[in-house]
Amino acid sequence: MRKDLILHLGALAILLFLELFGVFSDYHQGNFARILVLAAYGIGYNVLFGYTGLLSLGHALFFSAGLYASGLSIYHLDYNVGQSLILAICFSAFFSLLIGYLALRTVGVSFMIVTLMFSQVGYLCILYFGGITRGDEGIVIQQSSRVFLSLDLSDPTIRYYSALIIFSLCLIFNLWIAKSSFGRVLIAIRENSDRALMLGYNVHLYKLLAVIISGTISGLAGACYGILFGYVGASFAAVPYSIFPLLWVLIGGAGTVLGPLVGAIFMFYLIDYASDITDAYMIIVGITLLIVTLYARRGLLGELRYRYFKWIP
Amino acid sequence: MKKIINKISRRKLMKGVAAAGSVAAMPGFVRYSQAASSAPIKIGFQVHRTGIGAAYGRWYDRTTQAAVKVINDAGGINGRPVEVVAEDDGTDPKRGAEALEKFANQHNCDVGFGTLFSHVVIGSAPRAGELKLPYFVVSEGHHVASGMLNRYTLQPGITDVKSQVQAMAPFVKDNVGKKVTMIYPDFAFGHDHRDYFSAAFEAQGGEIIAKVPIPPTESSFSKYFPKIPRDTEVIYHVMVGPAVLTFVKELGEFYGSKSPKLFGFIDSLEAVDLSTPGLEFLDGSYFWEGNPRYAQANQSDHDKFYRAAVGVDANGASVSDPKDVSTYAHMFGCWETLHIIKKGMEESGYAGIGDRAKLIEAVENMSDMPLSQAHPQGAKIFNGKTHQTFGHQYITKMTNGKLVLAHTTSIEDTFYPDEVDYTKQSF
Amino acid sequence: MDLGPYLLFASLEGLVHAAVLSLIALGLSLVFGVMRIVNVAHGEFFMLGAILAWWISSFALGNAALGFLLALLIAPLIAGVIAMFSDWLILKHLKYDPEATIIATIGILYIIQQAALMTFGPDARPVEQPFNIRLDLYWFGFSAYKFFVIFASIILLLSVWLVMAKTKFGLLLRATQLDSETAQAFGIPISTVYSLVFGAGAAIAAVGAVLIVPIQQAHYLMGGEPLLLAFIVVIIGGLGSLRGTVAAAVLIGMSDGIISVFFSPTLAKILATLLVVFVLLIRPNGLFGTAKA
Repeated sequence: MRKDLILHLGALAILLFLELFGVFSDYHQGNFARILVLAAYGIGYNVLFGYTGLLSLGHALFFSAGLYASGLSIYHLDYNVGQSLILAICFSAFFSLLIGYLALRTVGVSFMIVTLMFSQVGYLCILYFGGITRGDEGIVIQQSSRVFLSLDLSDPTIRYYSALIIFSLCLIFNLWIAKSSFGRVLIAIRENSDRALMLGYNVHLYKLLAVIISGTISGLAGACYGILFGYVGASFAAVPYSIFPLLWVLIGGAGTVLGPLVGAIFMFYLIDYASDITDAYMIIVGITLLIVTLYARRGLLGELRYRYFKWIP
Repeated sequence: MKKIINKISRRKLMKGVAAAGSVAAMPGFVRYSQAASSAPIKIGFQVHRTGIGAAYGRWYDRTTQAAVKVINDAGGINGRPVEVVAEDDGTDPKRGAEALEKFANQHNCDVGFGTLFSHVVIGSAPRAGELKLPYFVVSEGHHVASGMLNRYTLQPGITDVKSQVQAMAPFVKDNVGKKVTMIYPDFAFGHDHRDYFSAAFEAQGGEIIAKVPIPPTESSFSKYFPKIPRDTEVIYHVMVGPAVLTFVKELGEFYGSKSPKLFGFIDSLEAVDLSTPGLEFLDGSYFWEGNPRYAQANQSDHDKFYRAAVGVDANGASVSDPKDVSTYAHMFGCWETLHIIKKGMEESGYAGIGDRAKLIEAVENMSDMPLSQAHPQGAKIFNGKTHQTFGHQYITKMTNGKLVLAHTTSIEDTFYPDEVDYTKQSF
Repeated sequence: MDLGPYLLFASLEGLVHAAVLSLIALGLSLVFGVMRIVNVAHGEFFMLGAILAWWISSFALGNAALGFLLALLIAPLIAGVIAMFSDWLILKHLKYDPEATIIATIGILYIIQQAALMTFGPDARPVEQPFNIRLDLYWFGFSAYKFFVIFASIILLLSVWLVMAKTKFGLLLRATQLDSETAQAFGIPISTVYSLVFGAGAAIAAVGAVLIVPIQQAHYLMGGEPLLLAFIVVIIGGLGSLRGTVAAAVLIGMSDGIISVFFSPTLAKILATLLVVFVLLIRPNGLFGTAKA
């Protein structure tokens, strides 16, 4: 128990000190603020996919549910940041309950398609109700609205710490789940859900709870993204934003707590450096993905866990 | 002392130097250490190299390179050469914002420039405001003048949809027909056409009898044509995206020779070769063109110069490949915007990043931009308060496979009341 | 237009859409059914077919019919070979592990898409129809070529069915699909079968592309939407059922067109998507599903 706590708190400490001691240049500080919020989204995804073994292809729905709940409430209803976050969390939780209840009637590949379809409907609804959402163009949340406890969230340093706080909360929550009996049941369901059923667990209820937790964390990440970066748009509800968390989790290590962060950092800087080298950077990204799947199939952290550090949660 | 140096072998020393060099070369750690006067002016070019905007991005790139060459050949800006730093935004708003961060924080660019697609502009502009990076967009969107963005975002080189569409209404009503069916893509750009044209046309006394929205990702359009009422006198069409040629061909297939009159925006045919089979039925129809693709009888010397510099022939196609048709109606915006950045930097005595606010103020003070080498599309009037420029709009008629100029609007035809005053906002 | 002719028109358009969709979905269904993997790059092989069609027909020096014929024969072959190559190079080594295959095929998707962008470019380019006959059907005009597309895809679907049902190769495929371990025990060379199936899947999708590209244009991003639709069709039709795939393709291809007669396009898409969800919620194994997902 001690070792993994040190690992995770240590990781958070590193992220804290890199900023505190000014090691980050402006550029990397900005990048990491983004990466941390997106990694929180990845943590949400990981709860459902990495731990419970349910592959959703429509998580952008939950991310954008939170994004729009908070963004629209600030833009149209003049909510402040705190109120909009609370609204976003409640809405995401309720929404994931609804979607989870419906989607869990299917399994395996059908589940994948149903989640994909739901997220398509979500995207289309955002376009359809363009009068409120401004459709594909989206909404700008002005700097003056992005203030929390009289801290200007568009200030780069404050934004970084805010992102770090959100990420830390999600990380610690995920760590707690992973070590708890609830988490172990999820893993059992992932490994062999029939056996878990025969052991007497209410598999369906556990799966539903996993969806709710996953969806709420993703929605929280979405809400924070809109508040911290000032833009709410339909592109976040489209298919690529459902594929990204899958990629981060698979590359970082599915079923590891820090995996999504590792994956998000890796993908961000891979694209960043590759685009400096060539215009055709997506080819480099593609080749890297192939190399990762061939030689580090469990993801970077997953391989480390498998080969050396079996205690990584 | 000697012994210690001997122990540190040369190879290790070289390794150390190489390591130090590579750290220094890593992005984010570099500081430009040359004297300010000969350091280049860096323009961060946010270009759609991949994604749905890639076809436009290609021509925006060519026009930008051509304009920069012309500017540098004439001595640069304030004696300093211009360097373009290009970043692909994938036609995605999140990537657009990240590109601006690279411009401001990694490359230390003086300004950002060049975005076309509206949702990328809107997604990136907040970041430009936070980074205090002047952001010159070439987008045609009404978003700048609507007031939703910030004082750092300007669109001085290309007119916006609202002014374009509004100016078309009188001509359509007087020369084409009074009962119009509109066909437009079912997203923000199309909605702007729907709303602004309806308002302007009905104010002229015309009638919009049907509005047919089409989903943006649609690849086959025939199934929408039956929604066009029989008594339509004019079909107003504006299509964007890879499927535009299909749209026009299927329109021809559906109607044959019994078609209503057509008034379209050249967006439906940007980068499309008019000699493609199936487009013959367009003969006799009218088009809005931001900048007439075919060199006209009254071609100005400036247009000649501009075409030669960019590498485009009198038919608006690449000089090296007549089948490679340019996005002539939009790309001039890059040329003109770069020249405006130059003028703004010269008028404000721009010396470095600390002068960004002065640059914006200098541009805000601009007003008349006459037809010239810097403005080959035509004269413009820039509204410093709304950060939006206004210019002539051209209507051409397809005649024997070419587009011939039929009407030029006045600049005043395109005006609408101000919706914002950015000059009242602080930096 | 009156409702009657409008519905007729929408049905004809829907049939064209369904024809091409059934080919794309068939390719996916074969790969999915036999190999049990999700090929995210399937849409890119479709796109490759279109781009290759443009390239090959440009050699025919103005004779559109000849160019089309050449494209129809050669493009699927090339697409199939590229697919088999990527299977041999990558997928085999992953032993077709489902999650690893998803990432790997995403990687392949990026590579193919970017390669297309670099060589073919970002523009949409037209390919000439082999013949340009417009049929005047009183209320509306309709392209004769579109009828040809429907006809050609029916022929191809029948051919595939014949191969599956009547040939030895088809027998091997069906056996592998039913139970790959037992098939292996009976001496069926699974590895070769998988390669061929993966290549065939890509080739069939490419044929669909060659047929549709004279109507649409070839564009490097055209693979995204067909991939989505193909997956829906395969799942709705039910894994392991070719008949189901075709039925679902017709259903989905036609419904899109007919619903848009009555509703605005975005709303129509919302309704069509919810329809898919509804079907899956009621029958999670698809309409004709036999195998467990």
